[in-house]
Amino acid sequence: MARRERKARKPRAPRTLDRQLVTPEGVPLNLRLGSAGARASAFLIDAIIMLAVLIGASLLILALVSGGPSGASSLYAVVWLLGFFLLRNFYFVLFEAGRRAATPGKRLMKLRVVSRSGARLTGAAVMARNLMREIEVFLPLFFLLFAFAEGMATAWTATLALGWALILLFLPVFNRDRLRAGDLIAGTWVVEREVRKLGEDLLIQTAHEKDMARIAPFTAAELDAYGAFELQRLEDVLRRNDRSDLFAVSTAIRRKLGRTDEGADLAFLEAYYAALRHHLERKLLFGQRKRDKYDQISANS
Amino acid sequence: MTVTFATRHFRAEREADWARLEELLGKLEAKSPRRLSDEDLVDLPRLYRATLSSLSIARATSLDASLVGYLEALSTRAYFALYSAREPWLRQVKAFFTTLWPRSVRAIAPELLLATALLILSAVASYHLVRTDPAWYSAMISPEMASGRDMNASAATLRESIYGEPNESGLEIFATFLFTHNSQVSIMAFALGFLFGIPTIILAVQNGALAGAMFAAFVPHGLGWGFFAWLMIHGTTEIGAIAIATAAGMHIGRAVAFPGERTRMAAAADAGTRGAIVMIGVILMLLIAGLLEGFARQLVTDDSARLAIGGTMLALWTLYFTFGGRRGAA
Repeated sequence: MARRERKARKPRAPRTLDRQLVTPEGVPLNLRLGSAGARASAFLIDAIIMLAVLIGASLLILALVSGGPSGASSLYAVVWLLGFFLLRNFYFVLFEAGRRAATPGKRLMKLRVVSRSGARLTGAAVMARNLMREIEVFLPLFFLLFAFAEGMATAWTATLALGWALILLFLPVFNRDRLRAGDLIAGTWVVEREVRKLGEDLLIQTAHEKDMARIAPFTAAELDAYGAFELQRLEDVLRRNDRSDLFAVSTAIRRKLGRTDEGADLAFLEAYYAALRHHLERKLLFGQRKRDKYDQISANS
Repeated sequence: MTVTFATRHFRAEREADWARLEELLGKLEAKSPRRLSDEDLVDLPRLYRATLSSLSIARATSLDASLVGYLEALSTRAYFALYSAREPWLRQVKAFFTTLWPRSVRAIAPELLLATALLILSAVASYHLVRTDPAWYSAMISPEMASGRDMNASAATLRESIYGEPNESGLEIFATFLFTHNSQVSIMAFALGFLFGIPTIILAVQNGALAGAMFAAFVPHGLGWGFFAWLMIHGTTEIGAIAIATAAGMHIGRAVAFPGERTRMAAAADAGTRGAIVMIGVILMLLIAGLLEGFARQLVTDDSARLAIGGTMLALWTLYFTFGGRRGAA
């Protein structure tokens, strides 16, 4: 008799917000999940937009009713009822089913909805994740409003409604994938949408030629002083191009290398960056990645 | 200096491709894919693959963090633009009506049977409770809801409530209100399914009990049949929709509680997307029910005509859900 096999336990998601997606071409892409704060801000923006639209449309309809012929008022009532229904249930759905897969709030916070499997985000998934808002947001909200309006907000009902709202509201914080109830049901998650500009090529020297001539060539020992981590911090410094930073960093590097020359900070750092990168990338081609200055793998080769 | 030359060469050689991909993605995100030229559409996948391969090379050979980061972001953006492209709206709507909707309803058939049984049983139980002890009536129906149609009401009041001349001007508001209210309740029933389906079941029982108690008020006056016709003209569609929404909620609850061989997450996602398709259908059904309730019921006051309309609707729905989307089934 075949014993029922135990379900293989999936490795737990990492504690950070970084996730990997492997494309059908076999290249892993790094995704970053939207943080709880960004998600909350996006929702707040959307809630404000919805409220503004609701109030604006209501005022417009009121103005039309009071100004127009009396027979048309029932039409406006129908329009208002349907409009309210559509706004409440389909605001999120329509935007997230669109090409950007994001509501205006999410777009402002640079977020988008994607399916957890990396496959196409279907309309059904968008619908599922947003119908859940009914119990996540609207139910506790209306319950509280109703209870207060009727004056029956006893300690018990208020506590219950508050507890309910808090559990569902903070569900994203309690799991590592930042999933709210709707994401669980729909198989989606919310990731950061990153648009980056390609930085300038730092191998092209920008310093003055006269300065460049003053920098003595680097020895092998000097190039072994640092690893990839330091190289990339140096890259940040060069891209920021702040005079006091350049001075501080070049002083630190010169002290480490044991150089006594001064001045021409930019030229020195650019030259060292190019030489170090050249050195480390050549090691990389031979399969030796020196992660940082403590990494001894390639230092003794 | 050969290696430095090679990495700079790598970037100089491919930079134009990256910039072109970036430009195409900008176009694609701002406009419909149909607005792109044929040449652009041919280029897009090629550029995407070229950028992905650039990314792989850069990760392995380059220590330029900004370059790798840029390629990473660009590739991810292109991946989502290419692989999560939606189908055109028209085709989605067609697929929904011809296959997705009836198939999804069939997929939750066990829950649907259970939900229907729950509704009928709770109606019957509530009917018998109220008949044996009229005091139960107020437990089932709130006074506002009953609006005079209680156990002490006279036959004339009750007759008026089901055959009375409608107040013509309010019909469309009434129909709209019924539609939005019922949809909201059924969406709630669906969403509550997340909590293992228990609140959904409670909601269904409550609805069934309501109808049963109402019957108990009408039957003693010989109006049972009339009330049935009054309820069923739209009720076959509306109660059907509520039963389906309840079933969709229970479907999610079942998947969350008993995922079977799959992981709980996979089961929930599967049930959730199927339930969402069903719910779009439920909202459409309630729209039709609202029209029947708001207009047809107020304009048609003959019992047999009301029953004929209700029966026809029931037959149509049953046929559609049983046989719809069978062709080309996977």
